[in-house]
Order: sequence, then structure tokens, then C-alpha cells
Amino acid sequence: MYPTYMKESIRKVEATRERRLKETFPRITEEEKTSLLQKFHPDFIKEGMRELLVGSNKGERTPNEMADVLEGNSRINPDKIDLDKIDYDVDVLVIGGGGAGASAALLAQENGATVLLTTKLRLGDANTVGAQAGTQAADRPNDSLAIHYLDTMGGGRFTNIPELVEVLVKDAPSVIKWLETLGVNWDKNPDGSMHELSGGGASRLRLHSARDYTGLEEMRVLRDEVKNRKIDYLEFSPTIELIMDNKGQIGGAILVNLETNELSLVRAKAVVMATGGTGRLHIQGFPTTNHYGATADGLVLAYRVGAKLIFMDTMQYHPTGAAYPLQILGQLVTEKVRTLGAQLVNVDGEQFIMPLEPRDVVASANIRECQERHKGIETPSGEVGVWLDSPMIDIIGGEGTIARQLPAMVRQFSRFNIDIIKEPMLVYPTLHYQNGGIKINTNGATIVPGLFAAGECEGGVHGRNRLIGNSTLDIFVFGRRAGRAAAQYAKEVKLGTLTLDHVRQWQAELKQAGLAELRPISPLLLPNYARQPYDYLPDYTKQILTVGQIKVA
Amino acid sequence: MAEQVRMVDIYIMGRHYQVPEGLTIMTALEYCGYRMIRGCGCRAGFCGACATVFNFKNDPQLRYDLACQKTIEQDMYLVQIPFFPSAKALYNLEEVEATGEQVLTLYPDLVKCFGCNTCTKTCPQELEVMWFMSDALRGDIREVANKSFDCVMCGLCAARCPQGLVPYNIALLCRRLYGRYLAPTSKHLEDRLAEIETGKFDAELEELKNMSQDKLRRRYAERDIEPAY
Repeated sequence: MYPTYMKESIRKVEATRERRLKETFPRITEEEKTSLLQKFHPDFIKEGMRELLVGSNKGERTPNEMADVLEGNSRINPDKIDLDKIDYDVDVLVIGGGGAGASAALLAQENGATVLLTTKLRLGDANTVGAQAGTQAADRPNDSLAIHYLDTMGGGRFTNIPELVEVLVKDAPSVIKWLETLGVNWDKNPDGSMHELSGGGASRLRLHSARDYTGLEEMRVLRDEVKNRKIDYLEFSPTIELIMDNKGQIGGAILVNLETNELSLVRAKAVVMATGGTGRLHIQGFPTTNHYGATADGLVLAYRVGAKLIFMDTMQYHPTGAAYPLQILGQLVTEKVRTLGAQLVNVDGEQFIMPLEPRDVVASANIRECQERHKGIETPSGEVGVWLDSPMIDIIGGEGTIARQLPAMVRQFSRFNIDIIKEPMLVYPTLHYQNGGIKINTNGATIVPGLFAAGECEGGVHGRNRLIGNSTLDIFVFGRRAGRAAAQYAKEVKLGTLTLDHVRQWQAELKQAGLAELRPISPLLLPNYARQPYDYLPDYTKQILTVGQIKVA
Repeated sequence: MAEQVRMVDIYIMGRHYQVPEGLTIMTALEYCGYRMIRGCGCRAGFCGACATVFNFKNDPQLRYDLACQKTIEQDMYLVQIPFFPSAKALYNLEEVEATGEQVLTLYPDLVKCFGCNTCTKTCPQELEVMWFMSDALRGDIREVANKSFDCVMCGLCAARCPQGLVPYNIALLCRRLYGRYLAPTSKHLEDRLAEIETGKFDAELEELKNMSQDKLRRRYAERDIEPAY
């Protein structure tokens, strides 16, 4: 329920609604876009970033929180690890149990590999399940791969790697078909044609959705298929370091049981990194839409074995995270709400941006409206936001549209006595997606032999800004490609002697740069939201706590 | 607005704590010093990891919800459920049929449902679980898919079923059968796949890939935009 003073603003939103229904806010020009982004997008806040001091991206800028973990200390002492005691010996190890990891595991197995999938939380606990709006694929007659390509490049400010975008758009229709063959229930019209929606930055109706539970539906099916095909998987077992061989090839990984701290050693001829995103680093203090385990672990591990990262200076802030009530602060209000017709309006009920501009643009406009123009609405807890006028949707699409198309959103807000069919939602940008990541080729291969990457942890597909519906596409396109390529690579490679010398070298490099004492241990594994008791420990207790335990972080 | 924050009494696994009002069950646990490993996932109501059971000091009636979405209330007794075992049939989707008999073959215990409705009362998504179980018994796969669509597979229905049934896995089987075999196919998707196969778009993509950035930007600015609705 909204407090009275917020309801007064809602009355203004209602008063302008009829006029706004006929009003199309003009798209802004490329020049206006550039200046809006430079002034208001968090990526452009200079103090928020710094140059990396070690590793293959030395000298390049990345958010401070990301730099901390990338420059972090290893969780293991290599001298205490016996690499002769191997617990699992497989062709392909997949690290991560979301959409990309599950796809990679399925395709690797189909291509003849023995596969182990390991994941930090449960199989399927990933940003994939939170993806609501849909998956892009240019399959309608008035659409084409070229138009999808153009939209994607434009959304990414023309910085995307063309070859990656080409395979993204080219594989897209077959991904939709693959998922349907596995039993995904797409929203369809009675004649079987896909019921497709528009999205920010997309010039055609191209979003394939499953109500507003699209990612959940995709993940439920893939998780079930991994089980049906009896692919081995380990839950609550994050990877804390990769293993190399003496020829500079990937040789496996070290996993830790999150609950017991027991280590497991995996020898693998190929590794597919599919660890997802970064939101739980809370870059620049933003709340996030990301799941609990999104802590950039894969980037840290890959960086330590010499992989190159790209676009590490750009994050995606979703324009519409919930700003009220406090219980759901920062949680995703799907772009599908705007796709279905809801406009963004300020405290006076006036529009200030075309709601389906690319995400970075809309997020910047929302920040400008609140911070510079002071036309936002402040909540009782001091958050600020603008209105997303959801009741417009039923006026445009007919009564029942919201209930049918946005059941998750209706449910989420009704818990707090807000009826989004009748009342708007208060929103503000929230940390949503890591645009960049590990550099790959079209098969998901990195520059490190045997290391592949897929999904949110890789970069280049989206350039500096990802479009709606291209992330759930990315995870399947590159998950499948990486799984297939990893299985193929595993057939050919001859592993040498396993080694952790890269960890010794990394620690030496940190020490030389004077960072070993200053940086945390990483990967982070989980954020720490537990309120801490005051520090009563004597120093000698701290010294004997062993590195490798999550308690140390 | 520097009002005094009101504190709420809660009981975590029986122990008394005071926490500020307005927290969710999950953030209340964290406020009390618990660091979640199990029982925590997307933190946004989609993944089903944080299925939770609670009641109140003077009201033994059990309630069910998702800890990340449920706001704490005075005198709540609460705990997280880390794991609950459940049966899942293994099958090859390409070798099964979209029939009620098939569902019964894979989940023969389905006939043991005696309609007590505990599952429905338990579902944090407020789905009509018992009704889709009876749809499954009747072989109405389409209706199971429809009614169970918003299932987050938290497992509470299976945890509470006195007959040991696993409604969420039965529903998943039905949705997969529906999507694979019963949903009408999309002609325009098949057409597009055939076009891609013949290389229809290759030349245009190649041209765009090699285009100068200036030209690409112009092409982007000039592209026509289909109305959103």
C-alpha cells in the first residue's frame, strides 16, 4: 500500500493518463544519447573505477569492486594440494549450473564427452530463472537476421564483436526450436505462431516469452533434461581455482564443498566457464536483480590463468528495479511492462523518455529525472524513483492483459498490497548485467587452451550494452557452441602433468605489485549479508583460520 | 523522517530475536547473524530455493511461503528448509507419449492422491495444485501445463503431501509433454529455419559485418521500427 503523499502523485499520473495514451514521446538522437549517458550513466562516474595493476588486463579500467576480486589472493596454498589425488576424471568440466552451463553440459555429452557439471548453489540457481521478458530470435516474416544484427550492434553502441553477433542472430531461431523440442512452452497464438513482443532497442516484435516466467521455464526444462540424461552434477561445490598442465593447457579444477570445506580435485581435458554475473558485488553500491551467487567467480578464475577480459568498464543498470516497497528494493520489474505499453512518468505524471529506448539510455534518463530535475518521488525510507504506469497496459491491450502476461509481477506487488493493474510501480535503476567478460571466439574458446566460456561471464557479444532478450539467447547460443567445441577439443588434446604453478606465479605477481596484503581473497563465492558480531577475536585465532574457508571472507 | 524503527519479536528455530519491522524472513535471518548457504537463491521469488514454514507463538497452524518474499510478523516462529528429498522419474522425452497413461506409467503413485488439498493450501504461488493433480489423473495434460505454469518448484507441496507425491515434478513432465507434442507448431519458425539453412541471409550479414562504423550507424538510425502493439 502506498502512503498518502505518494497517492497524491499517483492521482496526477491518473489525470494525465488519457492524454498520454495518445502521446508518443520522441526517440532521442544519437548525440543526445551520448551526452545523456556521459552525464548520468554510472559507467561514467570516474571515482567508481580504477586501473587494474596486475594480470592480462593490466592498465585497463574496471569498477573498484571488480578490481578488488580480480586482484584477489588465491584461496589455496598450492604446496598443500596433492595433484595426484584426483576425485573426478572427465573430458569436460562445466562450471556453473544456469542456462549456459546446462546447455553446455547437454551438448558436450551429446558430442561424446564424459561430463561433470559443478555449481555453487543448486542446479538452476542462476540469473536465468530471474529473466522474465523473453528470448530474441528473428523468425517472423517481416524480420530478418540482418535487422536483429543491426539492433544488437546499435544497442551495444557499435562496439560488439561482429563475428559473435553474427552467430548470435544466426543460431537464434534454432535455439527457440531446440528449447521447444525439449518441451519449453512458448506463448503462442491459437494457430501456433509465436506471440512475440517488442523490446527496448528492438525494431521488430522479436521476444519469445513464457508469460513473465520465461527464464524460469527455460531453466526448469534444461535442469530436468540434465537429470534425465544422467549427467553428473555437484551442488554447493564452487570452483576456487583452475588446474593447468605443464604445456599451458587447462587440466581441471579445484572445488570446495561449501558446507564442509572439503576439497575435490577434478581432472578435465576441457573446462567450460559458465558462472554468470556480477551483481552481488554491488558495484557503486547499487542494489541488484542478480541471484545470490552472482559474484564474478568465473572472471577471477579465468583471469588467474591468463584469459583476457573485455568491456570490463561497462555494467548494465536495468532502468526499472523496484524502488518501493523496501522489501523488494532493486528487484526486477521486467521490461515487458514497458513492452506492453506502460510509460515512465515523473512526480507530475509527465513522460520524460520514450520507454523503449535501449536500457542504458532509459536508466540514465531515470537517474536524470530524479537527481538533476528533482522530479522523482521519495519513499518513506529515503529511496527515490519514477512511476512506471502499468495500468495503461489493460487500457491498451484490454482488461486481463496484465493478469495474463505479467502474473509474476502482479503476485510480487500484491504481497505488499499494491495492485499493479490499478496502480503504477515506483522504479529506479538497479545493477542487472555484466556487459563484458571473458573474451571468446565463436566457439566460446578463450586464448587459454582448453578453457571455454559461455553466457554472462563472457563478453563481446553485447558490446557496451545488452538488449532485452539477448541474454537468454546468448546463454543458449554460446552454451551450446562451447559445449560442442569443448567435447571436440577434449577428443584431440593430450594432457601433460598437472600443475598449480600459475597460482604461485599469481601470488608472486601480487606481492611484487604490493597488493598481496591489500586485496581480499577471491573468488568471493557468496556475499556476506549477515550482521556481524563485533570483533572479539584475539589475533592468534585469526592467524590459524585457514585460507579456503568461506568464513575468512 | 527519523522515526524510531519499531522492533518485531521473532523466533528462529525457537530462539528469540528482535528485528526491525519491514524485513523479509530472509533478511531477518541475516540481520540475526545467519549467513545463508542453502535456502537462498535468486532472492526475488523465482527460484524456489527459500521455501519456508512458519507459525506463530500462540497459533500452531503451519503456514508456507518464500523467505525472500514474505515480510516478518510479530511472534513468528520460523526456519529455512535446506533440502527435501523427492522422487523424479527419468525419461527420454523423444520416446514418450503425451497421454495420461504415460504420466501414470512414469508416476504410478499419482492414483494415491485422495484430494486432501494440502498441496494447494501449501503453495506459496497460490496455484491450484490439487486441481492440476486431478487434471493429471484424467490425462488432461494441457490443463496441467496451464494451471501449473507459475510453479517455482520450491518443493513445499511434496514436503507436505501425506501420500508422498511430488506434484511439481508431475507438473513439469506435463508441461514438457505439452510443449513438445501438443502445442501447435509455428510455421514461421520452420520457414525461417529453412531459409537459414539455404543461406538466404548470409550475404546481407557479411555486408553488415564488414560495413564501416559510420555507414552502420546511418543504417541503424534509418531503420524502420515496427509499432510495439
